[in-house]
Amino acid sequence: MNPQWDIIGSEGFKFMGKINASISHEIKNVLAIINENAGLLEDFTSMAEKGVPLDSERLKKLADKIQSQIQRADRIVKNMNTFAHSVDETKGNVELDELLSFMTVLSQRLAAMKELTFSVVSPPDPIIITTHPFLLENMIWFCLDFAMEMTGPGKNLHLTADADDQWVSITISGIEGLRDNFSSEIFPGKRENALMQALGGRAVFDQSGGKIILSLPRKTEAQKDLKPAGE
Amino acid sequence: MTERKVLLIDDELDFLEALSERMRNRGLNVTTATSAKEAIQIAQRETYDVLVLDLNMPEMGGLEALKILKGNNPDIHVIILTGYATVENGIRAVLSGAEEILEKPSSMDVLIRKIEKLVTKKMIQV
Repeated sequence: MNPQWDIIGSEGFKFMGKINASISHEIKNVLAIINENAGLLEDFTSMAEKGVPLDSERLKKLADKIQSQIQRADRIVKNMNTFAHSVDETKGNVELDELLSFMTVLSQRLAAMKELTFSVVSPPDPIIITTHPFLLENMIWFCLDFAMEMTGPGKNLHLTADADDQWVSITISGIEGLRDNFSSEIFPGKRENALMQALGGRAVFDQSGGKIILSLPRKTEAQKDLKPAGE
Repeated sequence: MTERKVLLIDDELDFLEALSERMRNRGLNVTTATSAKEAIQIAQRETYDVLVLDLNMPEMGGLEALKILKGNNPDIHVIILTGYATVENGIRAVLSGAEEILEKPSSMDVLIRKIEKLVTKKMIQV
């Protein structure tokens, strides 16, 4: 390992941990709702045994609530699975619009805690790049994490992707209400620069415009070696 | 048995509705709030025996709310009911004035026992 990959490795584990903690918390919430609604069904059964008539409409509503929570859990687990598999390959084709939407879904609960929302503006045509999927996810997470930290409640962060023949750009805009003690040295920092170097691109924070722009090579040939030194 | 007054705070509305109904089915007088700010307003108008509080909520987190609610009413008992019951969160909650921490999904019997234990403790102290 070299220092750049030490940073990428340790930050990657932290990113994995943070997202998994958020997902597990969401699953716990779903289980808690199912648990209480199942408990209510049990209460109604006990009451019926004591002669209180069962309200079929009420039972149907409870069943609907349980089913909708099961569907919610299914979506969460599918996202968790997709996220887990993003470490499978060091190079893969990534559809940027899909990736941006996926990252906002993964970050949604953390955004809700900060009273922020995301919107992804889809490009007219799909933009596909060949890159290290997990490292790019990690980089987008750093951008979203920074943007969420810096932006005041009630705001909406916009994510867009654009491309020319050789390069693609990912823009996260709407970063408003920066903290007073903000320093432009904070972002991009060491970890972001290490990741962007591995991805063969660069990150810029335009403070006056309230946006982060990631520039990445579109073609594989333009990529730097994405494997750790020594491999 | 005296009717126990409980203020239940959680941002998941479906959870709040189902849990509060089950608690009412067991004779508790339950008021609900979907945010910490709403709970603080409610607790200024009315006194409660026990707060049952989630930790992770938008606007204001449970720990911040706990400090304010305990500051306004030091006698109130607090149970944290969270899907994020880590040791670190537990220590923080206890240091902020919580007496019990329960992990979601929880057992109704355990929750009721904890409420009774805290209210009985309060009565013995008085």
